[in-house]
Formats: sequence, C-alpha cells, structure tokens
Amino acid sequence: MSGRADLVVERLTVGYPQRRRFTRSDRVVLGPVSVRAAAGRITLLLGPNGAGKSTLLRSIAGLQHPLGGHVTLGGSDLHALDPWTRAARLAVVLTERFDPGLLRGEDVVALGRFPHRARSGSFTADDRRAVTQAFAAVHAQELADVLLAKMSDGQRQRIMIARALAQSPSLLLLDEPSAFLDAPARIELLAVLRRIAAERTIPVLASTHDVEAAVQLGQDGWLIGPGPQVTSGPVPELAAGGAIGAAFDTDQVLFDPSSGRFGLR
Amino acid sequence: MRHRPALVLGALAALTLVSAVLAVGVGSVPIPPSTTLRFFTGGTVDPTAAVLLQQVRLPRAATAILAGVGLAVAGLLMQTLFANPLADPFILGVSSGASLGVAVAVLGGGTLAGGFVAGLGLTGRAGLVTAAALGALAVLMLVLLLGRWVRSVVALLLIGVMIGSATTALVSLLLAFSAPDRIQKYVLWGLGSVSGTTWPDLAFLAPAVLVGVGLAAWIAPSLNAMLLGERYAASMGVAVGRVRTAGIVATAVMAGAVTAFCGPIAFVGIAVPHLARLALGRADHRWLVPACALMGAVVLQLCSVIAQLPGSDGVLPLNVVTAAIGAPVVIAALLRSRTLAAGAAA
Repeated sequence: MSGRADLVVERLTVGYPQRRRFTRSDRVVLGPVSVRAAAGRITLLLGPNGAGKSTLLRSIAGLQHPLGGHVTLGGSDLHALDPWTRAARLAVVLTERFDPGLLRGEDVVALGRFPHRARSGSFTADDRRAVTQAFAAVHAQELADVLLAKMSDGQRQRIMIARALAQSPSLLLLDEPSAFLDAPARIELLAVLRRIAAERTIPVLASTHDVEAAVQLGQDGWLIGPGPQVTSGPVPELAAGGAIGAAFDTDQVLFDPSSGRFGLR
Repeated sequence: MRHRPALVLGALAALTLVSAVLAVGVGSVPIPPSTTLRFFTGGTVDPTAAVLLQQVRLPRAATAILAGVGLAVAGLLMQTLFANPLADPFILGVSSGASLGVAVAVLGGGTLAGGFVAGLGLTGRAGLVTAAALGALAVLMLVLLLGRWVRSVVALLLIGVMIGSATTALVSLLLAFSAPDRIQKYVLWGLGSVSGTTWPDLAFLAPAVLVGVGLAAWIAPSLNAMLLGERYAASMGVAVGRVRTAGIVATAVMAGAVTAFCGPIAFVGIAVPHLARLALGRADHRWLVPACALMGAVVLQLCSVIAQLPGSDGVLPLNVVTAAIGAPVVIAALLRSRTLAAGAAA
C-alpha cells in the first residue's frame, strides 16, 4: 500500500433538514462542494464567520448528516461505515468545552483508544504505544499526570490533539484548533500539525480564522466564499489570485495580497 | 499512586462489612457484634436474638445496602449523562412519580384511581409499594417518550424537572382535599425508611438493583468517553443515544424500586458519587461504579444506624439523618478538596 489515502469530498451538500408535516425544505448551508485534501499535508479550511466551516467539518466527520453527496478516504465511503469502524479511521478535535473534573492528561489521551479496544476494555501493548507516541507528537509527555483543570488553554489543546492521534486515525479533522491560543502558540500548533501530517502520511484538515498565519504557512487551502462557493488551492495562490480578498473583504477591511495581511481601507 | 483505586475499593468493602455488623446491632433491643458474628458462623445464639436478627435486623441491613447501592450508582449515572454535578437519581421525576402513585393510593381513597389501586387487592404496605412503582414507571415512560423528540440533554433535563413539578402539584392538590390521618400516612412514607422490609420484598428489590448496577458497569467505558461531551463521544464510536437510554432505564429501575420500598431517600444519590470521586481521585467509571456502590452501602447503613439513636428509645426519620449529617459532610469534603476548588465539580 502506498499509504497515501487522500480525502475526497464529492458534491457534498451540508445544512439542516427541516421537515414540516408534508413538505421537506432543507436549509442548505453549503454545497454542493467537491474538493480534495492530500495525504501528508495540512489543508486549512478558511472562510468568514458563519460561512459554514464547522458545519462542513462536522458533516465530513459524520457527526451531522449531510444533505447529499459523498465523502471518501482512500476510496472507501466514510459515511457508509458504522460509527465504531469510522472512529478507527478518523479523529476529530472539536471546539466543545467540557467540565474537566478529575480527568488527567493521560486519562483523556487514553480515551482515544476507545474504538480500538475490546469490550472488555483491557489495555494492550499496542494501546500503550499509541498513547506514548501521541504524547510525544505534541510534546506533552510532562502533562500525563496533570489534571486538565490545571492546564492552560494551549496545554489542554495539545492534550486534545494527542487524544485524536491516539485514535491512530487515517484522517485528522480539527475545528478552530488555534482559537484560544496566543500568536506564537498558533504558529507552533500549525507546525506540529504539519509534521504530524507528513510523518503519518495522512490528510489533516483544520478550520481556522487565522488567514494571515495560513498564508505564511503556505500549505493547501479550501476557501469558503464569497457566498456558498468553495475554492481550493495552495493558500498563497488563493491570496495572490484575489480569492481571499473576495471572500473576506468588507466595507471597512481590505485584504492585501502582497503583504498577506488585512488592513483598513 | 497507581494502586490507589484498588486500595480504596478494598477499604470500602471492609467498611461495608463493619457497618453491616453495626447496623444489625442497633435497635430497641441491642445485639452485640459478638452475637451477630456467632449467628453467622453457626454458633449457638439466644433464640430471641436469632429470630430478631433473621426477621427484622438482617432484612433492614440488606435493604439499607441495596438502597444505598442503587441510589449512589443511579446518581453517578445521572451526573455523568447530564454532565451536571447537581444531578441526582430523582432528577428525571422518578421520585415525584412514585410520590404521586403513593399519594393517589393513600389520599385518593374515595377517588376512581384510589379505587383502582384498592381493587387490585393491594392495601397496606404492598399497596404502597405497587402504587409507588406504577407512578415511577409512568413518569419514566413519559420522559423516555418525550426524549425521542429532543436531541439535547439539557432539554431532557428540563422536561424531567417540569414533569416532576407537575406531579408534585397534583400531590399538593390531593393533600389539600384529604383527611389528616391519611395525610399523616403519606408524610410518613415521604420521610424515608429502610425498616419493615421482609425477605419477599428483598426478592424484588435485589434483582432491580443488580440489573441497574449491571447496566451501569456495562456502559462504564462509554461513560468515560461521555465525560468529553456527547459530540466527542460520538466521534469515538459511542452509540450516544443507546448509552443514554440504558443509563436512564438503569437509573429509573434502581431509583424507582428503592423509592417504592423505602420512600424518597434524599442526599445519598447526589453526595455519594462526589465522595467516591474524591476517594478515588479518578474519573474512571470502571472504578467509580463499584466505588459508588460500596460507598452508598456504607453511607446509608451508617445513616440508618444513627437514625435508630443507639442507647435511646426514639427513632429519627431517615431523611432527617441523611440530610442533616450528610450535607455538612459533603460541603466540608468539597471545601477541603483542592482538586475541586480548582473549578472541577464533576
């Protein structure tokens, strides 16, 4: 096996089904969308607030029923799999906040082994190795025994990414992974994700509203907007070609392709 | 400490036995621990004490153990499923339903529903138990039915609370039009008690609690994933809807059966899961389910010992003891715990 299994999205329509008594008029958020994310690279999902980034990610992940279309990974239809099998192929990092209670770093990362473990719940040597590797990938070994409640936002986010990696996924999806991080931590996070994609030869798809960091990183991008259309390509090309400006510019704010930054008109 | 959970479970198991010997001994005729131990090891015991042990004290201790186990594990299930540290076994209206059943049976003597209960030939204690079980079952069915249409647990929680309030209002209505002696009977049931159960009663209570604990143990690994929220759990392959239904059914079976036999026992269901978490220092349900079960048994037995007011003739209502002694203990435990002070209540 080449190990290269791209994520392919074909004519995917996402939104919310609205059923009245006799008619069905769905509220379409996006689509139909046809795009591809290459294994071994990060693909950044860009778009203004409310454009449908999270809805698209959740629909690809199978956490929300798409209104139509297909999502395949290395040729196999992800949505045709039962949830258990799908969880062994794809892992997500969400924006959900939960009460950390008495959970320690290691408890959370070990939960990532859930879809791989037998009903008995016994922890095998494979499980142990996957957890150790996941901690190493995000440089969080020292957080194994720390309570989540005592971690900073950045440390907690590294633990959530390690949890997803412990799932040994063939596809990693992240919803706004850098939302609560300061500027250096955001760049560092993208670098970590880029290395994970390359080392595991898997597609990593992350939504972000940090367009300027995305341009600097120079990897692939899916751009939502203007309106419900989705354009894909290397982020610097999307910037230079004016697509980012078209999607984000407002009456007051203008994207400057030469500097890769937003400024006031 | 790697072995802390196992040590805690061992200590709790030992405490369960010690508190059982204590609980068997107290009452209008005290039975010293030595007599109890001789009774169990087949030695010769005074026949009066033997009869007392067999007919009264052992059923009472067994009821306290089963009720403690059931309420504590049910409380744990509700707190995890609703991601809410204030949840208890009765949050979905199970005890309100049982109360309504009992109120109809006790207060509505002249009414159609009261006549129905009496018509079943169920008067006295058996009538109370049946009425409570029917009431709890009715509320459970209503919550599960409505739960099919709501997606969010918060909405389900609110529905449970609303149904509980509505049932309580019906009880108030019945109380307003009832004779004082009937009202007293209803109030006595509401004070909670582990006394008066017979071995045939336990033949119903024990399987109900065992089934509930078994279900809880079965879904324990999924409950761990649910600690991260329902979306994360679903992304890890947990069948969230099925786990939620299993947890609600287990809770209703345990809380319904316990309430039917013992009345609505307060505090144990909400407090014991917190104490068990503090003792274990972990949030792993594979340890928490057995720890809650054992700690529930210990706590309710000790409460029933105190309720007997050893050395005096009086008996306190069980709910007075569970609340008056339990609430300060829990508050003190929470305040002393640095982990919980760090903002982690669940």
